[in-house]
Amino acid sequence: MATEVAGAHGHDEPDHLAPYLSPEAGRGIKGWLLTLDHKRIGLMYLVSTLLAFFMGGVFALLVRLELFAPGRTIMSAEYYNRAFTLHGAIMVFLFIIPAVPGALGNFVLPIMLGTKDVAFPRLNLLSFYVYLFGATFALYSIISGSVDTGWTFYTPYSTTSNTSVVSMVLGAFILGFSSILTGLNFIVTIHKLRAPGLHWKRLPLFVWGTYATSIIQVLATPVLAITLLLLAAERTFGLGIFDPALGGDPILFQHFFWFYSHPAVYIMIVPGMAVASELFATFSRRAIFGYFAIAMSSLGLALVGFLVWGHHMYTSGQSEFATTLFAALTMLVAIPSGVKVFNWTATLYKGSIVLTTPMLYALSFLILFTIGGLTGLFVGALSVDIHLHDTYFVVAHFHYVMMGGTVMAFVGGILYWWPKMTGKLYDESLAKKGWFFVFVGFNTTFLIQFIMGSKGMPRRYYDYLPQFETYHKISTVGSWLLLVGFLLTAWALIKSIRSGEKSPPNPWGSAGFEWQGTESPPVMQNFRVTPTITRGPYDYHLCSDEELFDGFPEDAEK
Amino acid sequence: METMQLPPQWSTFARQTDWLFYFIYWLSVVLFVGIIGVALYFVWKYRRQPGVKAEPTGHATVLEITWTVSPLALLAFLFHMGFRGYIDMTVAPADAMEIRVRAKKWAWDFEYPNGGHSNVLHVPVNRPVRLTLSSEDVIHSLYIPAFRVKKDAVPGYYTTMWFEATQVGETDLFCAEYCGAAVGTTEVSEGDPPVGREGNRRHVGHFSMITKVRIHTMADYNTFLESILRPPVDPATGREATPEKWGEILYRAQQCNTCHSTDGGAMTGPTWRGLFGRQRQFTDGTSATADANYIRQSILQPNSKVVQGFNGVMPSFAGTLRDNQVDAIIAYIRTLN
Repeated sequence: MATEVAGAHGHDEPDHLAPYLSPEAGRGIKGWLLTLDHKRIGLMYLVSTLLAFFMGGVFALLVRLELFAPGRTIMSAEYYNRAFTLHGAIMVFLFIIPAVPGALGNFVLPIMLGTKDVAFPRLNLLSFYVYLFGATFALYSIISGSVDTGWTFYTPYSTTSNTSVVSMVLGAFILGFSSILTGLNFIVTIHKLRAPGLHWKRLPLFVWGTYATSIIQVLATPVLAITLLLLAAERTFGLGIFDPALGGDPILFQHFFWFYSHPAVYIMIVPGMAVASELFATFSRRAIFGYFAIAMSSLGLALVGFLVWGHHMYTSGQSEFATTLFAALTMLVAIPSGVKVFNWTATLYKGSIVLTTPMLYALSFLILFTIGGLTGLFVGALSVDIHLHDTYFVVAHFHYVMMGGTVMAFVGGILYWWPKMTGKLYDESLAKKGWFFVFVGFNTTFLIQFIMGSKGMPRRYYDYLPQFETYHKISTVGSWLLLVGFLLTAWALIKSIRSGEKSPPNPWGSAGFEWQGTESPPVMQNFRVTPTITRGPYDYHLCSDEELFDGFPEDAEK
Repeated sequence: METMQLPPQWSTFARQTDWLFYFIYWLSVVLFVGIIGVALYFVWKYRRQPGVKAEPTGHATVLEITWTVSPLALLAFLFHMGFRGYIDMTVAPADAMEIRVRAKKWAWDFEYPNGGHSNVLHVPVNRPVRLTLSSEDVIHSLYIPAFRVKKDAVPGYYTTMWFEATQVGETDLFCAEYCGAAVGTTEVSEGDPPVGREGNRRHVGHFSMITKVRIHTMADYNTFLESILRPPVDPATGREATPEKWGEILYRAQQCNTCHSTDGGAMTGPTWRGLFGRQRQFTDGTSATADANYIRQSILQPNSKVVQGFNGVMPSFAGTLRDNQVDAIIAYIRTLN
């Protein structure tokens, strides 16, 4: 294979440390801020995205608290509108899009490929600083009047709102570049830097998922950039593009916006699927069933994701023909999603399954994503969507996919790779308690929202008619359980850093490349000797007992 | 069971839409219990046990092709059923009664064929009604859960929707597209939706753009249509309201009170107290006396002259208010001096 030769090239010389990976470069705060090491950049992304998750979560809790009782509870309607906008904007642009690729992808992907770093380490650092720069704009917007447009910035509301829309929009514009740079870097890395013997059919599914995500990031994000720039230009210079009062077309904005933001849904969920595939394999000690189908379904989702943006606009007044066409194409999304769910389930068959906390998160992912996917059928079917559009049913649907899917996989992935990233084990029983509250809290918060929505409760409402009060109360209590769950999980991680036991190289007994060939945490250059890959990442039947059973004490006894 | 999760079925669309809803609902229940049941059974059955290794994963090409291809038939069926319902909602019968809907922050205005207006949507039972929607500011969306219908009102466009109510009664009408909120609070008056309360004042915005649909028998409906052309009855005297009193009623009914106070305080717009006859300074540097012509222009072309210190955000009431209603509002403003 030609690619194999290319991948092997450069590893022929004797192993040496690239200058930016030498131990001298790594000391002190400067060693972190100016590092070109993908592992450190990954950890900086992890800290930043978790901070963003915390901020977005605080706004979510405020929104739910306001809705606990009818009438004004803790804030005015104007501030409620800002709170739900910031919850959405922060969670989408600062957390969920960069989280898995930026934090887990940066750390794990080069190690999985058996290489010392990504293809363009400087570009990698740049993407992190571009992220911080974009985040600064978003923060500036928050303190200078904030935004009340919803994260979707629909015109002409967003062109006439007197809140700080331009800086938030520019923030999202800049964050897009960070996303593009990361995607580009990963595509090149996957093509050019695979270790000898690591051909495409041996790529871990996490790599396949990241690859599909990167393609969407590179192709779709520029459209968002143009759209947001036009919006900023309309606000600043009065150009008539979207605002009908200036001769523009507000529906055009929705087309532009969803042309990016629907593929962006797959930028968010495909990495979650990629993490889940790794978790199912490791904790079942079995190769993923239908490896090729899972890899291709990620690319399939990336492709179909570009063709269905109009399904956000069934009631908008777009032509009936367009609506019908988008509705037909939308049904296709169910195929690759279903293929994945069936394959993960089949992977469990005749496995050797252990319910560690990451595996509990993987199973939660399977359960909640299945609900998220099936409720997609309701909003995909045209006539039913007319009733459910812009109600809490849709809110619940995308939270089951985004939070029940991606966030569960992300937390599972953090716990799974935690020993590799930090070299320390965490308290399993504490983390399991955290998982319990997260799982129960999530379902308490969002399951009830399906019922609320199908009964006709519209979304983005500061207050509600009396018939919806009980549902809102239950949902708010659920948000408190979620908070408890995440605090317990955070405590488990902090405790691990402060006093966790040292982790062996492969505590889970995984056959994955990132566990087999490296120490915990990996040395600066990842590998002491450039690995030559001789088997697949899930070939448990080819692993010796020593390779698989040197982790937790209960494995050592066997 | 039929309406366990859905509102009452009050339009001809409801039965068809609900059938598909419950079909997908039970399909989802079966698939969910099947898939997750099998997964959890595997988790228990193949739990890690000493000395037992996982079996290597094989291939099952037939199985894989089956679960990739066979959902297509089901998906095609779901699309077809959704499409049928949607097309029914799209094409209104030729004899449908027309009602013109104008949406603006944060109230609905319904105009009937005889030129009368109301803030509550009145429709006859068992008669197709076609709504033509537009918006004067941002995007809104007219949503009647009991009818299973929803359509956006978009500035610069006309959109249309239709329905046929099957039941006499009253049900909720919502705005479903986010459209912001007013600055501060406003006084509560009769007929306001019971939302956004803070003590004896209320917040106004997207969430309060709620009204009712009243479905009448044909006889009651004709009585209603006649009543909207005359000034309303003054509850204090029991007779037709004077122009001043009618203006006061319109001040609340047309939601002027969300932006204009009558106590001298500035809100989103200038106060009406002491307004008549006062000298006004405008943002373009000109000035004028607030006489009847000025007030009429401010109602019908509100942003042609914007008073200093305010933004030109008021929607036009041209086409919403008839001449005698504008006269009534001017008469009311004169009483506030």
